[in-house]
Amino acid sequence: MSFYQSIQRYQSFDYNDFFKGLTEDHITKILRKDRISEEDFLALLSPKATLHLEEMAQKANKLSLQHFGKAILLYTPMYLANYCVNRCLYCSFNTDTTIKRSKLTLEEIEREAQAITATGLRHILILTGESKGQTPVSYIVEAVKVLKKYFESITIEIYSLTEEEYREIIEVGVDGLTIYQEVYDEAIYDAVHLSGPKKDYKFRLDAPERACRAKIRSVNIGALLGLNDWHKEAFITGLHGNYLQNKYNDVEVSISLPRLRPHKGSLRDYPLVGDKDLVQILLALKIFLPYIGITISTREKASFRDHLIPLGITKMSAGVSTEVGGHSSSSKGDSQFEISDTRSVEEIKETLYARGYQPIFKNWMDIEKDIDR
Amino acid sequence: MDGLKIGDTLLESRLLTGTGKFSSNQKMEAALKSCGTQVVTMALRRVDLEGREENILNYIPKECILLPNTSGARNAEEAIRIARLAKAMGCGNWVKIEVISDNKYLLPDNYETIKATEVLAKEGFVVLPYMSPDLMAAKRLVEAGAAAAMPLGAPIGTNRGIRTKELVQILIDEIQVPIIVDAGIGKPSEAAEAMEMGAAAVLVNTAIATAEDPIKMAEAFSLAVKAGRMAYVAKTGVERRLAAASSPLTGFLHEGDL
Repeated sequence: MSFYQSIQRYQSFDYNDFFKGLTEDHITKILRKDRISEEDFLALLSPKATLHLEEMAQKANKLSLQHFGKAILLYTPMYLANYCVNRCLYCSFNTDTTIKRSKLTLEEIEREAQAITATGLRHILILTGESKGQTPVSYIVEAVKVLKKYFESITIEIYSLTEEEYREIIEVGVDGLTIYQEVYDEAIYDAVHLSGPKKDYKFRLDAPERACRAKIRSVNIGALLGLNDWHKEAFITGLHGNYLQNKYNDVEVSISLPRLRPHKGSLRDYPLVGDKDLVQILLALKIFLPYIGITISTREKASFRDHLIPLGITKMSAGVSTEVGGHSSSSKGDSQFEISDTRSVEEIKETLYARGYQPIFKNWMDIEKDIDR
Repeated sequence: MDGLKIGDTLLESRLLTGTGKFSSNQKMEAALKSCGTQVVTMALRRVDLEGREENILNYIPKECILLPNTSGARNAEEAIRIARLAKAMGCGNWVKIEVISDNKYLLPDNYETIKATEVLAKEGFVVLPYMSPDLMAAKRLVEAGAAAAMPLGAPIGTNRGIRTKELVQILIDEIQVPIIVDAGIGKPSEAAEAMEMGAAAVLVNTAIATAEDPIKMAEAFSLAVKAGRMAYVAKTGVERRLAAASSPLTGFLHEGDL
């Protein structure tokens, strides 16, 4: 069975009708429970629950402290290439756009790695567009071999791979996978992915699961908020996280909450996800899945990110550039989207300390390496 | 001194502590000092000897025994690798085995833990395995060479107290190595409770690290552990449901009026 079957149950579900049936009393009762059900989770995403955001925040804060303490893991993305054969309406890497394209050579990757390690970071997220011609799995493998010399943890955010391919890159040292479904609504998915391999909804949906079967250590999923009614997308994202955690007990599952940012794709008329909406999603997720990590990227403004920290954030990016080669200031290719929080690692570190949180730079290591005993 | 012997080491303090979840290394150091702990566990995955950033080891009081744990290990093999890495990194030869393949409740995998214990004990490690309180598993851990057994009171970080009381009591009564209650202890009174039950020691992390004032809370735990141990040594009276007069029916036997 795949997650695809699980979401079929909600195919004809009337969300509005469910929301209309909720009372404040329902919400209060849910907030008194130790563990909440799928339905309770949806209730916390409802308009009714907005009247209880402070209580939800108190609860989420408590749960987050209990599960993760006052510590935030820091990482940064490294864009290896921006070649892409997909036509996704919301993305600047879209093959139709006229951005400057490039990919890093292994020497350039090494320079980027040096620039990043100089900031103290030990966890890296590597990204590419989807182009098996320009950036095949063999290229990723070579890149990872270089990066392993510099980083304790390597997460990939690239196109969906087969289980065999996931095994191959895990073998060389990748321990994490970030992959967003972008939009769980199948019809919208089809409409915003005009062409390219990414158009295959199910292959994308099952990608995290294939990586879990290949024994990846951590998986980070998410929906690009703004492509559909966020209530539905947030709900299905939570169900996806829960599905993965229940099926693959030993995998560290986390969820990102990316909001659509200005980009060079052609999509323009999407429903906005407000700050308050994003907070509600974060709180509902934390209460539903307290053991799941939550990542907040530099798509969000500095001050807003800072306010989210005590509400359940466990991972933050710092010193970010979304340009190919952007860390060693030798930008070769244009960025995927505009970032809102341009603070350096040092600045993020100071902010965390000021807010009573400890920045964590290392939370894994290469345990396969040979040691002299 | 009513000391605690683990392996060949005699410890004065029966409060073991952790290093996770603190808001800063400085706060952690102050908390460790304020409770006089002698054994401090830290996840090896967090230890960064080469990194530019702060090395957690610099904040653990020098007189403490380091107890690197294998957090992140999903099976025996990974735990063994992490333990060997810890030794190679200069963290000594004590290790707390943590094999967790359940990210939801963070419950330990006793079977894999026993396998890792066997290998590492043979290699000369002082092995302290974190376990679910199961009598047969504890016996196997002892056979495998564990220097102590660390049953959980409740899942890690839950602060729910000793929910596994009956099972932990059986381990205390039946197992020859020290039983250290690890995980779940949320309040000093619960640490005292574990000690009154006869636990050799307790390990506390979340309850100290996430307290509003971790330094004061560390001291409170230290006092509670001492009080609980003292009560255990002094042998607490039997609990009764009703108030009991002393010898209402047989008092006449002692009154010399027969």
